[in-house]
Amino acid sequence: MTVSFTSNWKDLLEDLLQRGSCAGADLVEVFLERTDHLGLLAEQDRITSVNPAFTRGAGLRVFLNGRDGFVSTNDLSRDGLTRALDQALAMLGLESQALQHSEAFSGLQALNDYGLSKQDWLQRCPDLASASLRMLEGTDQLQRLGQHLQVRRGSYSRDWQEVMVAASDGTFARDIRLHQSTGLSVLAADGDHRSSVGRRYGSTDRPDDLANWNCQASAAEVCESAGTMLRADYVDAGQMPAVLANRFGGVIFHEACGHLLETTQIERGTTPFADSVGSLIAHPAVTAIDEGLSGGAFGSLSMDDEGMAPERTVLIKDGVLERFISDRAGELRTGHQRTGSGRRQSHAFAAASRMRNTYIDAGPHQPEELIASVDRGLYCKTMGGGSVGPTGQFNFAVEEGYLIENGNLTKPVKGATLIGDAKEVMPRISMCANDLELAAGFCGSVSGSIFVTVGQPHIKVDSITVGGR
Amino acid sequence: MSNTNSLDAAALRDRLQLLANQQGIKQWDLGAACSDDCSVQVDRGEAKQMKAAQRSSITVRVWNSDGLVGITSTTDLSNDGLEQALVGAHEASRFGNPDEIPAFSPLATAPLPALDRPLKQRQGILPLLETLREAEADLLGRHDAIQTVPYNGLAESLSQSLYLNSEGALRQMERTQASLYLYARAEQSGRKPRSSGAVRLALGSSDLDVQGCIQEAADRTISHLDYRPIETGTYRVCFTPEAFLSLIGAFSSMLNARAVLDGVSLSQRDSVGSKVAVPFFSLHDDGLHPGNIGAAAFDGEGTPTQKLCLIEGGILSSFLHSEATARAFNVKPTGHAGLGAKVSVGADWFVVSTTEGTTSGSNLDHHTASDSFVLVEDLSALHAGVKASQGSFSLPFDGWLVKDGVKSSVEAATVAGDIRTLLNTILQLESESEVTTRGVCPHVWVEGLSITGEA
Repeated sequence: MTVSFTSNWKDLLEDLLQRGSCAGADLVEVFLERTDHLGLLAEQDRITSVNPAFTRGAGLRVFLNGRDGFVSTNDLSRDGLTRALDQALAMLGLESQALQHSEAFSGLQALNDYGLSKQDWLQRCPDLASASLRMLEGTDQLQRLGQHLQVRRGSYSRDWQEVMVAASDGTFARDIRLHQSTGLSVLAADGDHRSSVGRRYGSTDRPDDLANWNCQASAAEVCESAGTMLRADYVDAGQMPAVLANRFGGVIFHEACGHLLETTQIERGTTPFADSVGSLIAHPAVTAIDEGLSGGAFGSLSMDDEGMAPERTVLIKDGVLERFISDRAGELRTGHQRTGSGRRQSHAFAAASRMRNTYIDAGPHQPEELIASVDRGLYCKTMGGGSVGPTGQFNFAVEEGYLIENGNLTKPVKGATLIGDAKEVMPRISMCANDLELAAGFCGSVSGSIFVTVGQPHIKVDSITVGGR
Repeated sequence: MSNTNSLDAAALRDRLQLLANQQGIKQWDLGAACSDDCSVQVDRGEAKQMKAAQRSSITVRVWNSDGLVGITSTTDLSNDGLEQALVGAHEASRFGNPDEIPAFSPLATAPLPALDRPLKQRQGILPLLETLREAEADLLGRHDAIQTVPYNGLAESLSQSLYLNSEGALRQMERTQASLYLYARAEQSGRKPRSSGAVRLALGSSDLDVQGCIQEAADRTISHLDYRPIETGTYRVCFTPEAFLSLIGAFSSMLNARAVLDGVSLSQRDSVGSKVAVPFFSLHDDGLHPGNIGAAAFDGEGTPTQKLCLIEGGILSSFLHSEATARAFNVKPTGHAGLGAKVSVGADWFVVSTTEGTTSGSNLDHHTASDSFVLVEDLSALHAGVKASQGSFSLPFDGWLVKDGVKSSVEAATVAGDIRTLLNTILQLESESEVTTRGVCPHVWVEGLSITGEA
């Protein structure tokens, strides 16, 4: 797909923004998008699915007195975009008028082109043949390293996206994004015993990522986990301390607290922390960050979906709430300054305040100290997915767990679900280790499914409800 | 009713045939969809967001000269876009799986079932906004503790879908649909906030049961205000129809021929005919059921939708099939396919019932039962807490502990078990079935599930 959004679009975009401004809108924003996706699946020793997909479209948003109207369309013609804009204006009771000068719009700035150095990224990604070979290499490694494997799968996903953002405040920016993820999964079965284990690795803006992927190490990790969990007993349920491993263990902060620090939650009245800036909301051991800057991390970006460069946002410092994650609408409606966090799955969604790379910062302890401090509890080596509800109740699944007995890891256990309440659990994170690592993930929320990073060092939660049987 | 975003099936077929001829492609098929929809959300009387979308997309599948299949999807329906899709599919076909080559469904030109789903007039966004504002105000006024309705939405859509193939099949349908959801948040001094809600679907927005949705959302939310922790242990459980259908849906791979062939199902190729549930349990998939607002007359391969018996008298009767899986099992496609290089298979609309001529021998009724039990109203986080290929689940739920007829809302808790055991320890399917947004089901009683609470 050739690069298509250039400053040649400026005249059309200015006409649209002028049209919206003349109609009386406080702000008009146009988001243009083209994508080139490739999905690939290897099962056992065959490529079983190849899914290329192309999209193009626009999302047009109009603000008036804090309210907004949003229209998305696949029609990028002048007529199509004008029709969509008029529909958005009409939602707010505004009528389009003949083009004339508007005091509210003084033209677009020079194009801020973050994509200029990324023009060849799509061409530098592996072609179908190379990607297929890598996936078959992955399933072959699973076969070599695993036991009792009934199903071996390798999957690759490449999402190339070109976006352009123009707004009546003069914002005019373009970017190219590249997200690649590679996954290996197995189903092991031996008699009545079964375990299913998967791992996904993701990167941003690294065309050579698949070529550099260490598939043997990935396969070894998956096979080791599947073997361990194959005959694991179900966890005994109850209240207990838990130590959560680094990397994807960070999903606990993402679900339990991160979502509640998005300004969309203030707007909805669903965060208990709306009036807590400056207050202690977590244990003093906890410092938490959200940023879009870590090189290659899945949640990193050169600009957000509203054309703003990302920043490093300290959410919690030594347990005290410092900032919320905010987008344009969040700033308008809640007063929290934008943080470069306006994100959306695609042109079909209006941007919202969303997390990027979100993690609990490293602490002073060795990971072993955390485990040694627990008489009887649960070690969560690998976490599954989770969610948070409108009252701050969160939950997430433990994919690979171990009992902690007398300060030592003992037998593997499965079937655990951790549940709790954000307000109650944050003060119980009492120890943070010094081994911070990040892990790629996907987050689904109000503006769709987006690429994010979760992360943390090993942490200890003094008490949490472990569901199981 | 005007639809500015519509597909001309004949023109699309002619354009694609021309492009296919130019590329030397002799066999192809195509699935396409387009829609016009709009939705509103409100926040304490104010319009929070108003949205509209015009969407269109196609998926093209081609067979190359070696008989291998490739696909590509695009939202660009211009000639350039179609050509790009066709070329992309042709390129992808070089990597088609020779072990399993999809074919056209033998039923792609069979007569379609009649669907009584008249297209309804759309109201437009401003009337929707007014309706939702009033609904929110009504709900907020139902109880002092209800302070916000943080998740709400009213939407209506007109959509068109079609299936074409190079052997002349041409399926197309239009439908309208509307939805309303209201999820309230309530909080009393010194107590944790509670949340619950309700959903309604209809063919048109003027047909939505708005009052019923408000009443259900209010009743549910208020009923959870007086909550208490539950002791961890093993309980007799009664699932509401909605909760049971969501659990069965999460384990539908045990009924799915695609999952069986892939080795990720609890069932095996020879499982049809085996006992999987208590003898009074039956399960059908009936995408044509009048309660299924989103019913389609055909699936992604053009196969007609049909009512299918999956479990009868506790015995597994059939799997859900696509063309390829049906061929592998030497049966006919059942109308449950998507469209792809590797075709997905999925259920439409489950109907759970007591097998005709059987009885559980029990007369449990959640309204009158005197022994203590847990009434599970709603299950959460099925994406994380269900291990479909292992059979296990551990899920947060909203519900009540019922003792001597008195209901106490349960504070944060999980319910855990194994679906195979559960299906074989069903005590009773109550006599009255409910039509939900997921399917049809009565309250279902199960013995001995693990509940973890905070007491």
